[in-house]
Amino acid sequence: MIKAENLTKVFNRSLVAVDHITFSVREGEVFGFLGPNGAGKTTTINMLITVLKPTEGTASVLGFDVVKQANEVRKVIGVVPQEYTADEDLTGYENILLCADLYGIPRETAKKRALELLELVELTDFKDKRVETYSGGMRRRLELACGLINRPKVLFLDEPTLGLDVQTRAATWEYIRRLKKEYGMTLFMTTHYLEEADALCDRIAIIDHGKIVVTGTPSELKDSLGGDIITIAIRENVDVTDIIQSVENVKEVRKENGAYRVKAMKGEVTAPLIIEALRRKGYTVTRLSLTEPTLNEVYLEYTGKALRDTEESSRAEFMAQRIHLWRARKR
Amino acid sequence: MSNAKVLNECQPSFAKGLWALTRRELKKWLSDPVMLVMFVLQPLIWMGLLGKSMNIGGLFSANNINLPQQIPIPGTAILYPSNIPEVVLDGAALSQMIAQMGSKIMEDNFGVVDYFSFMAVGMVSMIVMNTTMFSGMSIVWDRRLGFLDKVISTPVSRAAIIFSKILNATLRAMFQATVILAFAYLLGLKLSSTFTPLNFLGIYVAIFLLGVGLSSVFIAFSIRSTRMERPMQFIGLITMPLTFASNTFFPTKLLPEWMQAIAIVNPLTYLTDAIRHLTILPMDTAALVRDFAYLGLFAAVLATIGIVLAWKYLTK
Repeated sequence: MIKAENLTKVFNRSLVAVDHITFSVREGEVFGFLGPNGAGKTTTINMLITVLKPTEGTASVLGFDVVKQANEVRKVIGVVPQEYTADEDLTGYENILLCADLYGIPRETAKKRALELLELVELTDFKDKRVETYSGGMRRRLELACGLINRPKVLFLDEPTLGLDVQTRAATWEYIRRLKKEYGMTLFMTTHYLEEADALCDRIAIIDHGKIVVTGTPSELKDSLGGDIITIAIRENVDVTDIIQSVENVKEVRKENGAYRVKAMKGEVTAPLIIEALRRKGYTVTRLSLTEPTLNEVYLEYTGKALRDTEESSRAEFMAQRIHLWRARKR
Repeated sequence: MSNAKVLNECQPSFAKGLWALTRRELKKWLSDPVMLVMFVLQPLIWMGLLGKSMNIGGLFSANNINLPQQIPIPGTAILYPSNIPEVVLDGAALSQMIAQMGSKIMEDNFGVVDYFSFMAVGMVSMIVMNTTMFSGMSIVWDRRLGFLDKVISTPVSRAAIIFSKILNATLRAMFQATVILAFAYLLGLKLSSTFTPLNFLGIYVAIFLLGVGLSSVFIAFSIRSTRMERPMQFIGLITMPLTFASNTFFPTKLLPEWMQAIAIVNPLTYLTDAIRHLTILPMDTAALVRDFAYLGLFAAVLATIGIVLAWKYLTK
């Protein structure tokens, strides 16, 4: 559905926002771009939706080249931007009809579909209210509805839950899941929320400094870390590393603060086996915990920093970069 | 749904896109009655206060020429017939004479006897200029709010994006011009005998030409700036010189020579002249042909520059 090859965007001849990335998105899947702010996610999306021209490389959507056949691409995609782009002075209904007109959808079809979409995103009761009276969640839903007016084959979502509270975010996820089920669309989304990528995406590409560092399904990525972590402690004060090591599926054992940190595949099966092995030798297990790896650890592994940390500490750096980008776009 | 069906369904055309985007602008405009009133009120106040207070014609009215009843003229001032010791003129009659001369002076310089009619039309030009410039500025907001990027990601014609802004600016200017002329008429604007309601068509064409030229350049300028301040400063900088170095408030032939040089290339001069000939002055075909030719040229050149620049930005 989407193919990108060596896609590159350089702003102002110096700022490399996206650096030779290659990836493909299959039909019907939810593909997520996960990365910190300023990693190049939005720039990538903007190239795919024909708003920005790539400096180098090619990309195609449904086989249409994003530069040479930009207009064909525009017809088959839907876009839900990061910002709230709906016109505040118009009503929700008017906004959707405006979008429909931009796609050249016949009036009658547009009206029928607009009402359907408003129903879908539960804004029917507010359709004749001006958008300036909408809450953040409602605006986000309206953007979703606008992005769907042309029945796109591929929907692009740029940070679909940015700035929403936890409940609204969960509700938005639910809408996205429903959309995917009802319309069978291919979804391309960017996010810097790990839970979001984990909850929604079939496949994830982690992007950092304009480069894709790893691609895979969430479970593949987690498995690539080498399985689950079992932490175990025994009453006796002896070293049992060898005994644990001999258990099937155990990959690595380390002694930490009087407990053993065990990396193992299929932790839920392996943990009882370890207990059994220790008991047979006469040792008593006093404590055990099992952690399945989260995307957070994956992220840490591949980018060398925790996403939560980068979010705050690099805010200043990010703002500087945004300003740079902004200036670059003016040219 | 098959691919082909989706493709067939979307049939964006330039006209549809242009209409959709222009209607959005007009809806925004009409949905805010307070702004609408302010839009009209401001030029009205200007016109009412400035036009009525600068009562240049009044300088020459007989009531304002206060001469003594009898005006003695000493014999030394009389060359012919000679040897008359003194003559005495009737003050009232002399006042009348000067007043008549005044009307002639007004007519020769302003084309009409009352200054209000002259400046009310100038006011229309000034407002047309301001409105077209300010309307183009809304594209800065569209960009900042991400609306522009969203529109670019749809298959709507790029030209429609630019032309909708231009059209919106000129439609607003036409609306304001109509309201101002109507109020000016109520406040005492004197129409010439050759005026017919059909002349409004000519007025609208003239406004349209100036609006297209000014707004397209201004849109190209605004689309590149990220903040409102810069275009605002720019407007402030150029409106005053453009207004005064033209025939808007005063006839060009009375301006100093260096200002005349500006006035002769200033499109505002031609717009004002065209509207004057279509309203308060007797129809002068030669003058109108010259005015429209210049405005047409101005619109063609500036619109080309503006559209090329804006286009370059939109397809970067």
